[in-house]
Amino acid sequence: MTNNNPNYNKLIVTLFAWAIGLLIFFPILWTILTSFKTEAEAIASPPLFLGFNWTLENYLEVHERSNYFLHFWNSVVISVGSTLLGLLIAIPAAWAMAFVPAKQTKNVLMWMLSTKMLPPVGVLIPIYLLFRDFGLLDTRVGLVIVLTLINLPIIVWMLYTYFKEIPGEILEAARMDGATLWSEVIYVLTPMAVPGIASTLLLNIILAWNEAFWTLNLTAAKAAPLTAFIASYSSPEGLFYAKLSAASTMAIAPILIMGWFSQKQLVRGLTFGAVK
Amino acid sequence: MATDHSRTAARFMISPAVLLLLGWMIIPLSMTIYFSFLNYNLLSPGMEEFIGFDNYEFFLTDPAFFAALGNTLLLVGGVLLITIIGGIGLALLLDQPMWGQGIVRILVIAPFFVMPTVSALVWKNMFMNPVDGLFAHAAKALGFAPFDFLAHAPLFSIIMIVAWQWLPFATLILLTALQSLDQEQIEASKIDGANKVNRFIYIVLPHMSRAITVVILIQTIFLLSIFAEILVTTNGGPGYASTNLTYLVYAQSLLQFDVGGGSAGGIIAVILANIVAFFLMRMIGKNLEA
Amino acid sequence: MGSITLANVTKSFGAVNVIPPLNLEINEGEFVVFVGPSGCGKSTLLRLIAGLEDVTSGTISIDGADATAVPPAKRGLAMVFQSYALYPHMSVRKNISFPLKMAGLDQAEIDKKVNGAAEVLNLSDYIDRRPGQLSGGQRQRVAIGRAIVREPEAFLFDEPLSNLDAALRVNMRLEITELHQNLKTTMIYVTHDQVEAMTMADKIVVLRAGFIEQVGSPLELYRSPANLFVAGFIGSPKMNFLTGAAAAKYDATTIGIRPEHVSLSDKEGDWKGVVGVAEHLGSDTFLYVKLEDGTQFTVRAEGEVSFEHGDTVYASAASADRIYRFDDKDIAL
Repeated sequence: MTNNNPNYNKLIVTLFAWAIGLLIFFPILWTILTSFKTEAEAIASPPLFLGFNWTLENYLEVHERSNYFLHFWNSVVISVGSTLLGLLIAIPAAWAMAFVPAKQTKNVLMWMLSTKMLPPVGVLIPIYLLFRDFGLLDTRVGLVIVLTLINLPIIVWMLYTYFKEIPGEILEAARMDGATLWSEVIYVLTPMAVPGIASTLLLNIILAWNEAFWTLNLTAAKAAPLTAFIASYSSPEGLFYAKLSAASTMAIAPILIMGWFSQKQLVRGLTFGAVK
Repeated sequence: MATDHSRTAARFMISPAVLLLLGWMIIPLSMTIYFSFLNYNLLSPGMEEFIGFDNYEFFLTDPAFFAALGNTLLLVGGVLLITIIGGIGLALLLDQPMWGQGIVRILVIAPFFVMPTVSALVWKNMFMNPVDGLFAHAAKALGFAPFDFLAHAPLFSIIMIVAWQWLPFATLILLTALQSLDQEQIEASKIDGANKVNRFIYIVLPHMSRAITVVILIQTIFLLSIFAEILVTTNGGPGYASTNLTYLVYAQSLLQFDVGGGSAGGIIAVILANIVAFFLMRMIGKNLEA
Repeated sequence: MGSITLANVTKSFGAVNVIPPLNLEINEGEFVVFVGPSGCGKSTLLRLIAGLEDVTSGTISIDGADATAVPPAKRGLAMVFQSYALYPHMSVRKNISFPLKMAGLDQAEIDKKVNGAAEVLNLSDYIDRRPGQLSGGQRQRVAIGRAIVREPEAFLFDEPLSNLDAALRVNMRLEITELHQNLKTTMIYVTHDQVEAMTMADKIVVLRAGFIEQVGSPLELYRSPANLFVAGFIGSPKMNFLTGAAAAKYDATTIGIRPEHVSLSDKEGDWKGVVGVAEHLGSDTFLYVKLEDGTQFTVRAEGEVSFEHGDTVYASAASADRIYRFDDKDIAL
């Protein structure tokens, strides 16, 4: 510890940090590796790390046995659909609250947030019964509606914090420059708001993709997204490690990649702007 | 810039969001409250009758409720403890200069993006399975008997799985807070003669306290509603050993079809969550004014 | 073209009355400066003229036509904001051409005007950069460029120099004054800095708590301030005020004397005191004298003066007509 060579310290930190990073990442890495093994290799003792016959057969089999792509497509439709619908409702609201603040704006924002804190079990039964009565159980439409509503507060909040950072003087300048409301929106507001909207979109797709309370309770075979489909592996198919791994890898890969691109926005979105 | 015209337009633009959320909150919640006073079972439709607080009495005197309440607190508390301490440590580590910092960061954050059902199943089968799991292999290699985690320590196992999922969240937020610390403050404290430990206690920790509070509150909201992880690993068992409040309400209403009892449990869960939400809202509200 | 009239204009935010009934006439081609301490309502007044805020009551006419209900885009005014309010996603060229595009001019004409403005403002080298790549002074010029291409009825400036450093501020002050002399368009300029007001204005409007304290040319305000507030606000360093016996001698509640109108002696004079700090600027010397009754008294002496900290000095008015007298309501006598 008496060695003060900065490079020596940096090396120690680097080794330590990489070790911890790989340890935390290991379950994901292991899942990805296992997905390329045969079932026998997957349960081999001692476990095989890299020395096995790489195969893609699990990926093909997962689909053949269970129509994997239907569930993948359900996930896409539900997460993208609910996010776009949410944005459609939230953009005007966040815009108005950020640029035309009224006395009640703060209270409205706080109230919206409070709806997010309602535990889902508090409304599980009525939603289930309403869905049953309206024929929405196990439909993509039904899930889009529910996920839009549960994520709407987060969407409004994120957009609000982004819009809030657009200086009001710029919009006033546009007005002084002779812009009508529409040209103000098209030429000034939209280009400045696009980065914020994109981040919001990204984070919400992630949240909706991984949502696992309503998707599990409101779907069966037809509209089940990947969260619910994977849950069906809980037994006994879960014991087919290679297939479980292939299905899991496909389910998490797109979101893992999106997630890495939206680290910063994640902090902001999930803390409702309390930490930036 | 707030002219009367724009105010009217603003109200018009806000109302769809407000009305939808209002409907989402009031309609199902009032139905839940209504059901919670009924003797209502989905298996015997048309037999509903008003029974006052009997459902609450039933729920609150059921030993399963206390088991579930205890499990909920252990689950929330355990995960918070692991993620906060681990998160502070990781944030401090990741804030150091090193080679490949961006990649390490990506590795650490990854578990947060894994859907709950996947992480629960991967842990359950490929790591904690007493025959073929990696932990069993490791135990055998070291000469110990394999341990059946989910059968003998179900709640602990679930806490580990959930903590693995939420550690990145805590790390990321605490790291963000750490990086917003003014470097001049650190330099000033060095000149004032503070060593590393002193700096951590008197400068870094107070600076992060706000972020730590935010992490605790937000995680609590989500952790109170942990569901998928329990459903795919233990189904709440053995017995009620890993049943939390959310799972208990689910089991009561959608497995036993007791809508009345489930609703009463749901309302109790709402009340508990509101206690946490109250503090969280106050923090966020303060931030809104700043 | 370019005359603006405010008649009985008031503005309230909820129960707070920011502008009491106010009347003001701004003539064509005038350079009018609204000056006052922060919170005096000067920016609100400018925004009312711009149309960015609705008046609570009263009328605003531009060139004789009632413009009270006309939206800002249609008033034919251009504004330079304190933060410059440049569009960050547009190049300098796009920024300057934005108002012309909104007005529906054809591209050839837009290019001609934008190039002309860029030339005048020395922006030609930066025309394709974005605001984020420009220095403060360059951004300021882009904001001015965006305002002048429209050939507005009047320019509105909202503390445009407050974000610049001292040297640049003097430069831009000259440029704006020169711009006014070339264009001869009405300009309304808001500032809290009385030096800017004195150096730029044809007409200064001194505001306090929404009330107009005095309107007049810079020298009128300097020579004959209407009250204690204007006397203290205009002129630098600030006017010295004396009360009590010293004032009673002149038959007033308060008397004021500007630091530059004081003569100093080491032997005799009206007011005896001790030098606290002496600031030697070369051309001038500022002496901060503590009088016997404890009053702080500033003296501005030309050239180099040999008084130093701790010296006893006697101050007197250079001449009796340099003493301003105020009554018990702070009104000039």
